[in-house]
Amino acid sequence: MGNKNNLGKLKGFAIQFLPYSEIKNLDGDGRIKKILGIILGNSILILQGKLKPEEESRLIGDTMAMIGHVKSFKGIELAVIADSKEGFLGKMRKGIVNALSGGDLGAITIIGPASVVKEIKRNPKKIELLLS
Amino acid sequence: MVVKIITNFFKRMFSTIFKGKEDIKLGFYGPPNAGKTSLANRICKDWTGEELGSVSKIPHETRNVQFKEKVEIEYKGKTMTFKMVDTPGISTKIDYEDFLKYNMNKKDAKKRAKEATQGVIESIKWLEDMDMVVVVLDATENPYNQVNITIIGNLVARKIPVLIVANKMDVKKADLKKIEAAFPEYDTIGISAKYGKNLEEFYESIFKLSKKL
Repeated sequence: MGNKNNLGKLKGFAIQFLPYSEIKNLDGDGRIKKILGIILGNSILILQGKLKPEEESRLIGDTMAMIGHVKSFKGIELAVIADSKEGFLGKMRKGIVNALSGGDLGAITIIGPASVVKEIKRNPKKIELLLS
Repeated sequence: MVVKIITNFFKRMFSTIFKGKEDIKLGFYGPPNAGKTSLANRICKDWTGEELGSVSKIPHETRNVQFKEKVEIEYKGKTMTFKMVDTPGISTKIDYEDFLKYNMNKKDAKKRAKEATQGVIESIKWLEDMDMVVVVLDATENPYNQVNITIIGNLVARKIPVLIVANKMDVKKADLKKIEAAFPEYDTIGISAKYGKNLEEFYESIFKLSKKL
């Protein structure tokens, strides 16, 4: 992960892992507040599971509202890694697990402040975090 | 109670009668600089003789939702009337310093960045009001961008029919197959809004998509 040539320039950042259980019982507002709180602390967040599409768009909207109001905040970099190429049985099994757990635990969401994460490069086979 | 039931019945009846006469709200969504306005302009110019908005190489040129009402499109003897809704590009980050590269002064760059952030919020708000959406992607860029996935995910969640357009097919490094592979569940067509290439197939796809309404 990261660009080897840029490592010497980094001033320091933290990577925070958030298990799904931490946001499971929060409503959309609470989830976004919690995520943005971590991002504003200059941490890269690795979230177990993924947000609902409407929560994702809300996260983008709230991020936009904060640019210009929070000093040095330029937005976020966001990527969700989820296995979408499953057969019928795989989808059914995943559906049952998701219904029991209350979220898509097979997915991972990576969110970082744009001032720290320059780009999240992804293709079907790999994901790369390019740091500022 | 009885009055309420009767009122609701008439409301439903009138909305059904008049819904058929309303223009279909066709939204153009996508990341900045994918060519949403270029495509909307091309369509509007073809069918109304007027363009919809200005285009620029500088990202976030469209910073307000802009409309063109009563755009009548004819395809193989059938006519449909659309309300074209061109939206600001959706992105997760906006840095005014990026605009300085385009010889913009700091004050103007900051103003553009502020308006761009408001534009993104406006685009997202308008999503649920669309009847059909064309997601315009730049065929020369990597399609595995979370913004694209978020837009499509929101449209699917709201049961809004989606057509994916891979624009800039006139550019050598454009890769239609890569976009098709990224979104295999959706109809994808390659076009060049700049040169009006493959617009016939686009209109055919729009008419096909309208059957899902």
